Formats: sequence, C-alpha cells, structure tokens
Amino acid sequence: MRCGVVVFPGSNCDHDVYHVLKHVLGQDAVFLWHDEADLHGCDLVVLPGGFAYGDYLRAGAMAALSPIMAEVRRHAAAGGPVLGICNGFQMLLEAGLLPGAMRRNRDLRFLCQDVWLRVERDDLAFTSRYARGQVLRMPIAHAEGNYVDRDEALDALEKAGGVVFRYASPGGETAEGWNPNGSARAIAGVVNAGGNVLGMMPHPERCAEQVLGGEDGLGLFASLVAAAVEVRHA
Amino acid sequence: MTDTSITDSTVTDTTITDTTVTAATTIKGRVTVFPRAEILDPQGKAIGDALARLGFGQVREVRAGKSFDVVLAGVDPGKAGELLRRMAEKLLANPVVEDFTVELISGETP
Repeated sequence: MRCGVVVFPGSNCDHDVYHVLKHVLGQDAVFLWHDEADLHGCDLVVLPGGFAYGDYLRAGAMAALSPIMAEVRRHAAAGGPVLGICNGFQMLLEAGLLPGAMRRNRDLRFLCQDVWLRVERDDLAFTSRYARGQVLRMPIAHAEGNYVDRDEALDALEKAGGVVFRYASPGGETAEGWNPNGSARAIAGVVNAGGNVLGMMPHPERCAEQVLGGEDGLGLFASLVAAAVEVRHA
Repeated sequence: MTDTSITDSTVTDTTITDTTVTAATTIKGRVTVFPRAEILDPQGKAIGDALARLGFGQVREVRAGKSFDVVLAGVDPGKAGELLRRMAEKLLANPVVEDFTVELISGETP
C-alpha cells in the first residue's frame, strides 16, 4: 500500500506515522507537502497530529484550506481512505469532511495521558483487526479535543454508526470520569457515512510497538493494510 | 469620515450617503465571534471565576469570544456588511459552535 503522510507547517506526528507505516508494517510511505496539490498516487492519506499553522484562528481551520486539501477531498469522494489523527481530526472537521467541531477541553488543560477507548465499529477498513467492544489503551495529547455538535446532529451520527471510538473505563464502560476532555457522548473517533474518512483524537501511531509501552494502535494501521490487500485482490 | 452602527443580521443599509466608491475608499468592519449560547464556554467560565476571585462579585457570567477588524477597499458601503457576513460564514466563525455579529465601524473617502 502506498501511504501519504501530509506535512503541514507545524505538524509534529508526521514522522511517527511514517515510521509505523514504513518500518513497522513495511509499506511504501511518502511525505506529502501541504502546499502541493498532488497525492502522488497514494492509496491512503494520513493527516497527522501537531499544530498546523500554529492553530491560528481555530485548530485545523487554516490547514483545511491548504492546496492539498482539494486533492484529499477528491480522494475521499472517490472512496479512498483518509485518516486524521488529533490535529488531523480537527482539520477533517474544519474541512467539513466529518461532522461536528472541537472546543477547548472541559478543564481547559492540555491533556497528555493514556486513555481507554471502546471500539464501536469493527466492520471498517480502519478497524477490522479489532473486535466490537474491545478496549484499547492509547495516548492523547491535546488542548482542544472536546467534541461537540448539535443534539440532533449527534443523534444522526449515532444512528448512522458514525461513532467508532468512545472514551471508556479499562472495563469498557462509558462514564463521565473516564471522559478526559468533556466530549459529547464520550466520542473519541468518528467516521463518515462512506466509512472511508476517520478522525480520532487519540494517537494510534504512538502505541504501535511494545518498546513504546503498548501496541494497541498497530491494529488500526494493520487493518488498513489488510483492507488494501483485499482491494487489490478483488 | 462617516460613522455607522449597524449590527448583525440586518446589515442592509448604512448612513453613508456618498456612493462614489473608488479603489482608495476604505471601510472598516468588525466581525465578532462568540460561542453559541447553548455551547459550554469553559474559557469564559474560568475568566468569570478569576474575576470573582479578584473581588468582582457582581460578575454573573462571562462569555469569551474574539473579534476581527477588517479594512475593505473599493467596496460599496451598502455591500460591505454582506461581504463581511460571507467571510464570517466561510472562515472567521465555525457555525457548528459559534455565532457572529457584523458591524461597520468607519468608512473613509479620501
């Protein structure tokens, strides 16, 4: 699978994602520069975490208008997989590729800690290596991860199966105490109706090798690789 | 120098009567963005709590927003409000969580 990791001025998780795809999973991975409207034939596009454009105006707002985003939109519209992690999730929201918006964390603090996520969908190209109800441990590192939307929009999202990950206890129960940032309905990750655009606040690329303290994030990238193989053989 | 004080959704007309617009004619507008009323504003709450700690016990609520002063050139004053509104909808505000108001602060015809 050819994987493109988009680099914006201020991206800081681009190399981590590249490392997992290229060195841990042995895929063909390249960096894509935000200013160039070309995906160079990539099958998977990853919008990595960081502080693109210094988070000016709103996190992700400037990046959503980058020249490459027109190509990302086209790729997404054609059914190509797009993964947005942390700041990349914020970009997908600002670009309108996913519904909702981010507010400052409930307690106004930048949070850098491990959280537990309950997997809500295991039938996606992103999550086939997980099981529904499985609990994953992943790190978060953000100040604006407090997911919100209008109530009716949240209802519609739930009904459409758009919630992929929820903050939960290690036992898989959602309760306010296990929701680190105040996100509506403990939402940590969202997928579009087509199932090919996923945004999530936690960082799977930071827990894809045991040496980093955990491998729960590897399944997400391994799922994408498996899905690409299926496509090729279809 | 002409002053107007038009706010929000009814920006249709201004008190500017001089309609001769040149490229050098400038108008200053202000777009103010606030979290929507039903959206929790943790920043505003923290600021309100801080004011209370400073002894301002009268503070009932604080909402924290931001404002953008935009200088336009060569724009018909009657159309400036609508132009700023479009800028707010497209970029300056996120309609999912924010509301905005538009006002024209000043216009200048050299």
